[in-house]
Amino acid sequence: MNNTEKKRGGWSWWYLLFVVQFAVALWPPFYNKAEPYLFGIPFFYWFQLLWVIVSAVFTAVVYFAVEE
Amino acid sequence: MLELNWTALIIFILLFGFITWLGFAAARWRRGDLDQLHEWGLGGRRFGTVITWFLVGGDVYTAYTFIAVPALAFGAGAVAFFAVPYTIIIYPLMFLIFRRLWNVCHKHGYITAGDFVKGRFGNRWLALAVCVTGIVATMPYIALQLVGLQVVIGAMGISGTGLMADMPLFIAFVILAAFTYSSGLRAPASIAIVKDILIYVTAIVAVIVIPYELGGFGKIFAAVPAQKLLLAVPGPNTTGAYSAYATLALGSAFALFLYPHSLTGILSASSGKVIRRNAAMLPGYTFMLGLLALFGFFVIASGVDKLPEYAAGFKQFGNNFAVPALLLHSFPAWFAGVAFAAIGIGALVPAAIMSIAAANLYTRNIHREFINKNPTDKQESHVAKLTSLIVKVGALVFILFVPTQYAIQLQLLGGIWIIQTLPPVMLGAYTRWFNSWAMLVGWAVGTFAGTWMAISVKLTNTFPLHVGDHTFPGYSAVYSVILNLVVAIVLTPIFNAMAANKTPVDQTVAADYQA
Repeated sequence: MNNTEKKRGGWSWWYLLFVVQFAVALWPPFYNKAEPYLFGIPFFYWFQLLWVIVSAVFTAVVYFAVEE
Repeated sequence: MLELNWTALIIFILLFGFITWLGFAAARWRRGDLDQLHEWGLGGRRFGTVITWFLVGGDVYTAYTFIAVPALAFGAGAVAFFAVPYTIIIYPLMFLIFRRLWNVCHKHGYITAGDFVKGRFGNRWLALAVCVTGIVATMPYIALQLVGLQVVIGAMGISGTGLMADMPLFIAFVILAAFTYSSGLRAPASIAIVKDILIYVTAIVAVIVIPYELGGFGKIFAAVPAQKLLLAVPGPNTTGAYSAYATLALGSAFALFLYPHSLTGILSASSGKVIRRNAAMLPGYTFMLGLLALFGFFVIASGVDKLPEYAAGFKQFGNNFAVPALLLHSFPAWFAGVAFAAIGIGALVPAAIMSIAAANLYTRNIHREFINKNPTDKQESHVAKLTSLIVKVGALVFILFVPTQYAIQLQLLGGIWIIQTLPPVMLGAYTRWFNSWAMLVGWAVGTFAGTWMAISVKLTNTFPLHVGDHTFPGYSAVYSVILNLVVAIVLTPIFNAMAANKTPVDQTVAADYQA
């Protein structure tokens, strides 16, 4: 009981996933290119849209990891 | 001039009629005593995961977003996509900070950020600064929602001269004011569901049908000029478009959850768990927003901006007419009506939440603090209802008599102002280390510096920060809030030393922040 309370209030290593999520989203040189195209969409656009989905998965992973 | 589009207009009016009924009926939904402020202004804190999803979605992704983001993509290209990393960043913030705020606000019956700051730091003047900033930043935001509404009304070919021209907007606002007054936050919560279904249908259909009509995404992107397709690669000694893009995303994300309407949406959730779940589910909207941003390129590829029948619309509304023109051009009139109703209703939902949030702030942190210290529940909710009306009338007057450009510029300044409340509200959720007077000085310095930066670049977003012979163009909100923090950190030990024996009481304890 005490252990779960601690986990809820404090730091969890799972939060590092958020750091990854932030770092990639905020580093434009990483995705500011047209190649490779996907279905005719330049990398810049499809990668960021893909990153939305990846981020949502990260958040869900953290949710289940921290909540249980 | 655009011809009156009867089919679209009838669909629009029918859907508007439906949500009007829904807005009034919402008063009886999960019935509570609407004479209590937390019932009227927070829906009784009873919204579960799904309703919160719609409500916060209605907060973040407003009608103006649906018009302005594609318009920016159409006009300026890749930079408009900053809305995607921006909305990627907000959810971890929500996950980490806002469930703590929810817990403590629930425990102590706080309804606004000002309530929290007062309770946490025991400084009514700091609470007042947070409150006034919130109200001032929200007003132009409400006004901008009307711009979205104006554009779609114009796109259906309604025109007139003088006061008659503004009649539809006026009617829409009377409806909005009436159901907000009678139902409180329950009204936008229920209407948000209808709005989202319409928006999703529109976005999904459009993102399939329009590229098909235009010959595929390959052709669409081939039509986009090279300088709009990607961010410009920075030259030597500057971080150029890269730092601008990243700071815009970062600053907008932090600003967003400091706006009063975001907190209202979040505090109305029934538990901290609901908020965490939503942090994982809300990116569904971000994905759609990204798709909508691509509409700007659809406009370029379709060439509707060069068609004579839309010239008048572009002349009147500028690039904001890009999306309506595209919808009119690509779809039968009835579907354009559905899409316009989605945008129009999409304006009413956030406008309602914003006016409720501003009303809660005034009621709790100005009226109760400085005018009537011991109101009854009924008096308190009555003040809030009246204030929500005044706020909306103010926004309407603003949009009718002041050029739209001013509303846009004020909203830009609003983002810079609201982020200055970050230390007491967001950091306050974690630490009480800061001295409240130091934060108040930091707030004043940040507000002043941010406003000065914005004005020095003629009210655009990006301020070129020179350090040595390097330039770091970035969002003024980010630079000014860093200055704000530095001031607060430097002054805290000094102020603490000066008033060592009279530390105000913290109403909250560490356990209040946890589930």
